[in-house]
Amino acid sequence: MSRAAPLLASVIVALFIALFPLVSGRFMVSLFNEIGIAALVALGLVLLTGVGGAVSFGQAAFVGIAAYATGWLTLTEIPSPWLGLLLALALTFVISLIIGMATLRLAGHFLALSTLAWGIAIPIVFGNVAALGRFSGLADIPAAHLGSLSLASPYRMYYLIWIVVGLSLLFSFNLLRSRTGRAIRGLRGGNTLLASVGANAYWTRVWLFVIAALLAALAGWLYAHTNRFISPSPFDLHASIDYLLMAILGGLGSLFGSVLGAGVVHLLQNELQNILPLFTQYAAQLDAVVVAAIFILLLHFARAGVMGYVLRLYHRWPQPLPTFQPGRNQLVQPLAARPKPEQGKQLLAARGVVKRFGGLIAVNDVSFEVNAGEIVGLIGPNGAGKSTMFNLLTRTLPMSAGHVEFLQQDISKLRQLDVARLGVARTFQHVKLRPRMSLIDNVAMGAYARGRAGMMRAGLRLNRKEEEQIMEEARAQLERVGLVQRAYERAGSLPLGTQRILEIARALTADPVLLLLDEPAAGLRKAEKHALADLLRKLRDDGITILLVEHDMDFVMNLVDRLVVMSFGSKLAEGTPAAVRADAKVQAAYLGSST
Amino acid sequence: MTWDIATLLTVSGLQISSIYLLTGLGLVLIFSVTRVIFVPFGDISVFAAITLAGFEAKQVPGTIPLVAAIVVFALVVEVTSRVRRREWRVIPKAVLYWGVLPLVPCGLAWLVGHFGAPAEVQIAASILLVVPVAPALARIALQPIADASVLVLLIVSLALEFVTSGVALLFFGPDGFRTQPLVPGSITLPGGIPLDMQVVLMICVAIIISGLFYLAFQKTTMGKALRATAVNRVGARLVGIRPARASTLAFLAASLLAGFIGVLISPVTTLYYDSGFLIGLKAFVAALIGGLVSYPGTAIGALFVGIFESFASFYSGALKDAIVFGLLIPILIIRSILIVTHEEDPEELDQ
Amino acid sequence: MSTPMLEIGDLHVRYGLVEAVRGVTVTLEAGQIVSVIGPNGAGKTTLLSAAMGLLPSEGVLRFEGADLRRLDVEARVENGLCLVPETRELFGDLSVADNLQLGAYSKHLSRGALRNRLEAVYTRFPRLKERSGQAAATLSGGERQMLAVGRALMAGPRLLMLDEPSLGLAPLIVKEILSIVRGLRDDGVSILLVEQNARAALESSDYGYVLETGEIALSGDSKSLATDERVQATYLGGATAKAS
Repeated sequence: MSRAAPLLASVIVALFIALFPLVSGRFMVSLFNEIGIAALVALGLVLLTGVGGAVSFGQAAFVGIAAYATGWLTLTEIPSPWLGLLLALALTFVISLIIGMATLRLAGHFLALSTLAWGIAIPIVFGNVAALGRFSGLADIPAAHLGSLSLASPYRMYYLIWIVVGLSLLFSFNLLRSRTGRAIRGLRGGNTLLASVGANAYWTRVWLFVIAALLAALAGWLYAHTNRFISPSPFDLHASIDYLLMAILGGLGSLFGSVLGAGVVHLLQNELQNILPLFTQYAAQLDAVVVAAIFILLLHFARAGVMGYVLRLYHRWPQPLPTFQPGRNQLVQPLAARPKPEQGKQLLAARGVVKRFGGLIAVNDVSFEVNAGEIVGLIGPNGAGKSTMFNLLTRTLPMSAGHVEFLQQDISKLRQLDVARLGVARTFQHVKLRPRMSLIDNVAMGAYARGRAGMMRAGLRLNRKEEEQIMEEARAQLERVGLVQRAYERAGSLPLGTQRILEIARALTADPVLLLLDEPAAGLRKAEKHALADLLRKLRDDGITILLVEHDMDFVMNLVDRLVVMSFGSKLAEGTPAAVRADAKVQAAYLGSST
Repeated sequence: MTWDIATLLTVSGLQISSIYLLTGLGLVLIFSVTRVIFVPFGDISVFAAITLAGFEAKQVPGTIPLVAAIVVFALVVEVTSRVRRREWRVIPKAVLYWGVLPLVPCGLAWLVGHFGAPAEVQIAASILLVVPVAPALARIALQPIADASVLVLLIVSLALEFVTSGVALLFFGPDGFRTQPLVPGSITLPGGIPLDMQVVLMICVAIIISGLFYLAFQKTTMGKALRATAVNRVGARLVGIRPARASTLAFLAASLLAGFIGVLISPVTTLYYDSGFLIGLKAFVAALIGGLVSYPGTAIGALFVGIFESFASFYSGALKDAIVFGLLIPILIIRSILIVTHEEDPEELDQ
Repeated sequence: MSTPMLEIGDLHVRYGLVEAVRGVTVTLEAGQIVSVIGPNGAGKTTLLSAAMGLLPSEGVLRFEGADLRRLDVEARVENGLCLVPETRELFGDLSVADNLQLGAYSKHLSRGALRNRLEAVYTRFPRLKERSGQAAATLSGGERQMLAVGRALMAGPRLLMLDEPSLGLAPLIVKEILSIVRGLRDDGVSILLVEQNARAALESSDYGYVLETGEIALSGDSKSLATDERVQATYLGGATAKAS
């Protein structure tokens, strides 16, 4: 029932948009045209910045590239706006792909500054190219036609614009509820998180960037054929900042926030244009000052934007969350599973692994093996290098020397995501979850490498079958770890110990051969630890091999088949729990040497 | 291109470099201590230049009421936050540091404008007048969200620049202005190339100030405390250095640098109310070569960007800015290849 | 009974929804070394961070009878409370000498007084004098720990809180550091020692607390704790283990 209210709200908004031109004048319709066009750009920013975490100060430049592309083509070469649309999209695609590939390896503010660079540079180019009319721009751009129907009137353009906005919202909504969409939503969890489920953060970010640019390009094309005149200034840095303001004002956490933000900013600017000339001759510049000041206030006091407030109000009402019937849904064909290696066969082998950080040797010539069907514990005092060892085994960190074999294949040179795709799933010492995503979405992220549908198919909802399979798999794994009743709660609302269990469910969704667990029992209470131990034994019986780092000795000693003990980066001992416990060196390392 | 032209372009590039060098140092100082990419930096230089131009025109410059207004605004913000936290006892001190002291340069500048003074005093008064600007702007717009992510701070800083340059337009109008050369005359380089003394002065001053800057950071306790805050904020707090105070100090020092830049650049370039933005951003390109944290890297970056811009303007005056900003992308890419960064914690914008 | 030096009463610390410290009470008398031991994730570091003011907390926090919670981190340092965190938090790019000099930042010492204090630290840690011109980032693990302790000593603390001084250090260096810690106590600095290395910590301290999942599980005088079976069980698992 929780879906009913948003659906109802969407229908009301759509009806309002559809009926609005019937009751309002030409001026308001034109204003709403501007709002719709801006909403497309802001929608791209909500996806890119709000969901994906990459800020762009240059989105207006993409609007400009598309507008100039169609303007130039229709004025000088072929007067067909539809060909103009093709050119606009193609050109934006190519340019955004190149810029994205070049800059999206950068992190945080370096990326933002690089967008500032092209956000300034591209409009300067518009203003200095003769074929683009220099600073006076291009006038008399032809109107679009649908068959014999001219779209010159703002009333007709209105419907085209808002249909495009509606479809784009739908596309984005579908996209986010898909395999690639969950990867996009995971981007802010860091590259390591995505690579651990076999997803490529860099390419996810690049394609997201291209999609945001294409939305801006749609806006640019609509702008060129609505206004029928273009000049460099609507595409400059100030415009880019306005779009960013719209996205943040509306609410970066919500797709519909883009429409709200665009609406509020345009209505406000419209009012300012009426009021400011009464006070000053520099109304246009003062307008920018007021907008910038509002932006600052917004970031100080209301970073969640308008939709943030709306959603908070909405969540005040208790929401019945959907629950599941226990057991597999027989109607959904399960995802294909990996063959498990036979018991006792060597699965993983570390040979002479070394890791240096500067002068510090974190892991010093460590070798050990893990065989299929075992639970092996990796233990040692704090700072012994256990988590570093985990990172080396999964290729999260490059090793300084030595190599690692998995299923007789040397994986020391593979990328982290390729190791993950071979069937090595892991959890993290410092939990890496997306706290604002539901449990089931977090878990479904684990199935990334088991699906195929890309962003386009997801946006067009051609991935229905695969999506059902993935969600069923996620549900089944949640049930396996005992969290299925909370499937639609936010991951961040779980206690830390339970979050670790959720990470195990995510790892299981990847259908792993080898499971690496970094301190799975930390933060759990006694009864929960027992349940976890039972779960891990059951997993072993199902053919999953487990290597775990753990500090709770009671837990480890009663669970594992074999132990590897590390101390100061080196392997100290190896053997059964009883043998290790009796080892004098191990006792010294743990309790401190006797003085 | 002939050898003569190349030499000429190099010299003019060095002159531009000296401005980017000083601006870049200020930006790096602020960024390393506060994590703020302080976009309005160039505007402060423009304020100093406008003040000097006002003095030369025998007027009371419009920057004085502007600076006073900014200071009063910052004072109101400071006092309000103290009242809200019920820290009544520190309010007199807050009024002294955020109200009385910053208004002293305003009074001084007013006296100079009203009664006239020799050129040296005018220059000093122009530089001093803008010293409170960066700390006050930071107190108003940045300090209340000092814990926000670098990205949020960057967006606020960018918006802040739009506000300051827009307000500058209201106060000063759209006309450009220029000031008298600080030193007249020119010398002739071997090969017959003339060189204005003003240019020589700019380059020398840039070198001297950078040297002083270096010494202050290496030798004084305050300088070390600022470096310590930049390197490790938690560590700084654990030895009793208050990050907010260190930030204010960084903004203060940067503001002083901006004042110097303003009086150095205004005799050679016509400045407009919005010139500061481009100066600041190009200095960023320079500072980014040093990763926004390295002073020597910034110096090299400034040299490179200045000379590059000079040659670019020879090929296309109109596109030179586009070319310089376009340069940023390859710089960032090369950096990202050369320097392996540790995975940062993901930045959340809306939290 | 006199006012204790440090009084932590029913302290709660939350990270969002997670409560990492749940009603912990710890008392330290002047001139004592008190140790808090416990496994990873028990909340030891959180406890110290809250005592230092780096994390907000609820409950009683008193230092020499005065309410600490009214003071920010910097004011606590000025009042003689210093923390050497698990992560050391050195100024990596600055020289060893500069790190030490900044340690006394809160005291605004004269040049002469500063030199005296620096010499005193160098006497305690001769290795630091040898390395005085080197950047802190180039030091080895043990030297870093010495520098972190030395930097804290420069502020002239009356109570020094040490978070896992043995972390990642070889046994010989751990011994050296702990003997220095005992020396500090003899010079009148009280010490709150948080350790995973249980035996070393208990051997050096007067009184001990065992922290588990955010709560005090055991407390008592260090000698009796060291032989407690439950302590052994926590560290090696299976109550049968006997220390050699």
